[in-house]
Amino acid sequence: MNLHEYQAKQLMESHGVKVPAGEPATNIDEAKAAIAKLFDGGNARVVVKSQIHAGGRGKGTFKDGFQGGVHLADSVEDATAKAEAMLGNVLVTKQTGEAGKQVNRLLITSAEEIKSEFYVAVLLDRALGKPIVMASAEGGMDIEEVAEKSPEKIIKEVIDPALGLQPHQGRKVAIALGLRGRLIGQTARLLQALYKTWHECDGSMLEINPLALIVNEDGTEAVVALDAKMSIDDNSLFRHPDIVAMRDISEEDPLEVEAAGHDLNYIKLDGNIACLVNGAGLAMATMDAIKHYGGDPANFLDVGGGATKAQVKAAFEIIVGDPNVQAILVNIFGGIMNCNTIAEGIVAAVKETHLTLPLVVRLEGNNVDAGRATLAASGLTLITADSLAEGAEKSVAAVK
Amino acid sequence: MSILVKPDTKFLVQGITGGFGGRHAQLSLDYGSQLVAGVTPGKGGQMFADTVPVFDSVAEAMAETGATASAIFVPPPFAADAILEGAAAGLDLVVCITEGIPVRDMISVKDALKDSSTILLGPNCPGVVTPGDGKDSSGGCRIGIAPGYIHKKGNIGVVSRSGTLTYEAVWQLTSRGVGQSTCVGIGGDPVPGMTHLDVLKLFNDDPETTGIIMIGEIGGTAEEEAAAWAKTHCTKPIAGFIAGATAPPGRRMGHAGAIVSGGKGTAEAKQDAFREAGIGVAETPSEMADTLLKMM
Repeated sequence: MNLHEYQAKQLMESHGVKVPAGEPATNIDEAKAAIAKLFDGGNARVVVKSQIHAGGRGKGTFKDGFQGGVHLADSVEDATAKAEAMLGNVLVTKQTGEAGKQVNRLLITSAEEIKSEFYVAVLLDRALGKPIVMASAEGGMDIEEVAEKSPEKIIKEVIDPALGLQPHQGRKVAIALGLRGRLIGQTARLLQALYKTWHECDGSMLEINPLALIVNEDGTEAVVALDAKMSIDDNSLFRHPDIVAMRDISEEDPLEVEAAGHDLNYIKLDGNIACLVNGAGLAMATMDAIKHYGGDPANFLDVGGGATKAQVKAAFEIIVGDPNVQAILVNIFGGIMNCNTIAEGIVAAVKETHLTLPLVVRLEGNNVDAGRATLAASGLTLITADSLAEGAEKSVAAVK
Repeated sequence: MSILVKPDTKFLVQGITGGFGGRHAQLSLDYGSQLVAGVTPGKGGQMFADTVPVFDSVAEAMAETGATASAIFVPPPFAADAILEGAAAGLDLVVCITEGIPVRDMISVKDALKDSSTILLGPNCPGVVTPGDGKDSSGGCRIGIAPGYIHKKGNIGVVSRSGTLTYEAVWQLTSRGVGQSTCVGIGGDPVPGMTHLDVLKLFNDDPETTGIIMIGEIGGTAEEEAAAWAKTHCTKPIAGFIAGATAPPGRRMGHAGAIVSGGKGTAEAKQDAFREAGIGVAETPSEMADTLLKMM
């Protein structure tokens, strides 16, 4: 589950991470209140930031031509005008795709005087099975690009799961980032708080880009998390009702939300051949096979090992809810499940949903002969296949 | 021989009184496996299917029945504790079927088991099958949720992160008259117990295994690590398949561990690592068995 920047910052702040003062806004009145509060508090400038689940906001463009999803403003009027221009407008960034995302929320924060920028993240190192802190002095840059072009600039510190991030490890990262004096201890404490946020909230990924060295009005320096990107381990949500309450459904694909309601694992893609498969690995392999024969999969859909008739019907409805779909490939390996039960479920679902698209069915496994007989006797115009490869080939032919 | 489990391996089921655990415990009994005990805290003294005694703890069950392995079917919030109980009691093998365990819990479990003699398979896995020599391979050891009848006793080792793709590979082999030594599902989670590499090493040392099918998917670098080892150490032919070439980056494809993140864990990188190590790469999942058989 992905969080908005302002939500991640709320979690971080409650765990002791220093972030710029600010408030979220979902309408122009809330935005005006947040702007007034910051200027009244003595800030000479504020930042108005679009809150969407996609990166590249600053360099994005709104559909009406307004440039940039993140803006500096040096007066109440300026900030209000920019908030008005952004709210409800659709922002297109390199991560949103052409459709873009509607900006329903803003984050209004104080603007800091930035001296230098860093990158830090807490994430799982899968090869080690342990959390790591990853950092780079190349703040604001795309970390994947840094890792590719100059891997020596990436700092990695492995965390002992039983101990958590230790102060000396935090200092080591701070020194490697080039920080000196009292900033070393301050950064170490910030990193410990960041790890604590990640750990206690069951983070999958917590990325601060940039972490900034700022100059306060009195001339002192401080390290602050200017941005935040956080995702939460879906498996942990049962123990985080507070985080579940932060879920923003409007950021998710409606078909995916509906599928999740039926306990179906569905991910929408751009192609025109839909697939309905049991098992995640087989579902991926089915998509791959479609591509192998020159087609384009319209979705990933795993109905699971014990799909009911109601789930199969819901799955068909979701599939045909995607207007790009021109053919459907059903690929079921009936291991424990009886193929005949599955076949009956398919026939009923197709009849009830009045499906008219070409339907290719590949059944294999337990009681497959009875299952194939049920399909043949159904009166439906099905295309049958004996193997996954044959099914993929026939589904590609059906849309040509 | 076989790896991990033999037809006479005695095992127990943690969570045998739940619907899912009970259903698959019965299927293991039907297959003729040596399921000797169940464990559900607070339900000790009951019987499962009139023949299998239920105990309050793994330690009691082991002491009374001689079980050396376990299958875990307890719900995600309690599964990490069930694994640790199995290890604390001294089981040789713990097979965790449960899907949906928080990653943080598995990081702690993996850390706690680093000096343990207990081997963990899973979580989020179909388990392990060593086929027997009865009808439809019955009389073998089935720990988990795999369909037993698709197997056939023989000499091919199968290791995979995906359940249904394992069944595909096994079925392809059996349909061609080729049997399996042991079929191992290591599971689709990002922090697993046994890895492809751990299982490959066991197959390499098993005199009865003469060829290996290794099935991987996007996410992580476990397939690459196994391939690098196989290149110089494995003496047996290996064929492989990687699922997820068409998966969009940054999305979890059903399995919690099946995600391409930060440009890492792509199907292409894994296929390249396989080819570099001399592992035969099946172009489609329909060709897994044939790819191996051509190499043998």
